[in-house]
Amino acid sequence: MHHTGLEIDHVSKRYGDVVALQDMTFEVRPGELFGFVGSNGAGKTTTMRIALGVLAADAGEVRWAGAPVNLDTRRHIGYMPEERGLYPRMKVAEQLVYLARLHGLGAREATRSVDTWLERLGVAARRDDEVLKLSLGNQQRVQLAAALVHDPAILVLDEPFSGLDPVAVDVMSEVLTEKCAHGVPTVFSSHQLDLVERLCDRVGIVRGGHMVAVGTIDELRAGGSDQLVVHAPDAPADWADALPGVTVARLEAGRTVLELKPDADDQAVLRAALATGPVHEFARRRPSLTELFREVVSEHTHTDAPQGRAA
Amino acid sequence: MTAPTGLTGLSNTAAIRLIAGRELKVRLGSKAFRIVTLIMVIVVVALCIVLKLISGGSSGDTVGYTPANAAAAGQLPAVATAIGQTVHVKAVADDAAGEAAVRSGDLDALLTTGTNGQLTVVVKKNIDDTLKNTVNILAGQLAFDQQISKLGGDPAKVRAATADATATVRPLEPPFPYQTQQLILGIAAGVLIYMSLLLNGQSVAQGVVEEKSSRVVELLLATIRPWQLMTGKVLGIGLVGFVQILAIAVAGIIAGLSTHVLTISASAAVGTVIWLIVWYLLGFFMYAVVFAGLGALVSRQEDIGGVTAPALMFLIVGYVLGVSILPGDPSSHLMEVLSVIPVFAPTVMPMRLAMGGVAPWEAVVSIALVAALIPLLIWLAARIYRNAVLRTGARVKLGQALRAA
Repeated sequence: MHHTGLEIDHVSKRYGDVVALQDMTFEVRPGELFGFVGSNGAGKTTTMRIALGVLAADAGEVRWAGAPVNLDTRRHIGYMPEERGLYPRMKVAEQLVYLARLHGLGAREATRSVDTWLERLGVAARRDDEVLKLSLGNQQRVQLAAALVHDPAILVLDEPFSGLDPVAVDVMSEVLTEKCAHGVPTVFSSHQLDLVERLCDRVGIVRGGHMVAVGTIDELRAGGSDQLVVHAPDAPADWADALPGVTVARLEAGRTVLELKPDADDQAVLRAALATGPVHEFARRRPSLTELFREVVSEHTHTDAPQGRAA
Repeated sequence: MTAPTGLTGLSNTAAIRLIAGRELKVRLGSKAFRIVTLIMVIVVVALCIVLKLISGGSSGDTVGYTPANAAAAGQLPAVATAIGQTVHVKAVADDAAGEAAVRSGDLDALLTTGTNGQLTVVVKKNIDDTLKNTVNILAGQLAFDQQISKLGGDPAKVRAATADATATVRPLEPPFPYQTQQLILGIAAGVLIYMSLLLNGQSVAQGVVEEKSSRVVELLLATIRPWQLMTGKVLGIGLVGFVQILAIAVAGIIAGLSTHVLTISASAAVGTVIWLIVWYLLGFFMYAVVFAGLGALVSRQEDIGGVTAPALMFLIVGYVLGVSILPGDPSSHLMEVLSVIPVFAPTVMPMRLAMGGVAPWEAVVSIALVAALIPLLIWLAARIYRNAVLRTGARVKLGQALRAA
């Protein structure tokens, strides 16, 4: 192991009797975009707050480049808290310069960086407006700028996409991808799983304060069965029931979704479908992150006892 | 990949200076602050001018007299002076002319002779107590003169002999000679310091809650330590209040001296301002850190009042007792005791200092006690602040905030 990225190592946190995190462990490598997914209350925000030192962990450690994260290294993290936070009555540019300077930037450098990011994120025209006069979407852009103005070496973003319009989503995606390309380990949480699937190199699925699956989308898919979508309008409902290694998962708008065991013969399925009449669609489909997520989360619901509410 | 070296670490002073700088910039730049300060300066200056006009206009009562009472009226100013009053006398042609002048307000009273030959005073409605005293003494003196004349003596000689016959007073503990001006100055100092502590102390609590309710505190605490944030905020707001109180005090003293409402020496005036500033700073730091700690317990501006009420009580009690007792009884024992108790000292001591008569040891002890209490309060408040400032939602219990590690 190189230990060059951000490591969350067996971090635990409890609030009284409520377990918020239990042995939370994962790593975000340099140049990697890591998607952090999980139901509400699964422990994503708590993990990020601990990484930022805003909360103290009961056990475990957060390391960066092999060394425990302290106040000095934290200044190199760009952070976007879940509960957006800016001074409502302070002007946009003034506020961002202030935040950049708290991260250790000099006055001139801070101003230059703020101008660059306001331009880049499309809110340069509002630089002298008070934050509370901005629309929610624009406030969100300013919030992102606040996470970026000090040219962070790590990005930790809690729900950066929530509340954004499609254009802003594109801008945000672009910025994150670009930061990663520059070697910045980036972790963000999101409920928009299609977006996570599209953007992230690796994904971690968290449940009950514990990481239950982590890896690339392909790795997460491994072991799961493949799906086959067949559109044969004249086929009777039970046309595929007799095929070996094949089960009917569900019907979707006239299409049959089949699950195939690894040794099942898809050509036999096609022949059986053609035997019923015309076939308009015959496609192999790999499960989406949404499906994987449901699978992983429901699987664990059956196997572990609920661990209570977590922040 | 190695840790980038682009960002220099922020020293404690640099962090605190940045935070205090933001407070200064935001507050000094705010319209509300400028307007309040300007209004307070105007009020102080206007007060001096009004006092000047009032004191110029009232220079004692004017009493008219009919020709028959000229002799009695001649003695009136001297009698008035003897009991510390000023009375002017003015001759009128007859009773009718005199009564008309009293009715119109040109004269405060008219000395005339009643039907039974007695000295009579005609007034519009009521006679004020001091004038009544003066005339009664005059009447007594006239009767006395008459008796002396009857017995063959010379009233003028008797009067001259009794005038010098006063008992010599030798106090064992000479009381401090309080002057009205200094009493007024003391009240002004009390009002000013009370308002400053109240406004700026509340500002600190509001500032803490603003950061909490807007959640910006989470972003800030990812880069700086809680105590740095608290210290920077308290220093920044304290400096704003300092500028404000200095402006008002200097404007007031200049206005007072230049309109001659204040006739104390310039050095005494400067002394009052210096004491005011010293006690503002001591009082501010004492109360502001407490307000910062208490403010951190709540997440909504509406809850500030409730949570800061206990600390506010000390401030209010000290002030209210001070302004109600000290003007009438500047050497009150109760106030002497309160003025050295740290929680009351910032409001009571500056009043006493401006009024004068504070023993040096009292001034030293009160400052020393407050100065000793401040570090303890900072420690306590920083602990509460650190434990409570990130807990949004319901009000955090004080005990919980103190206990939590």
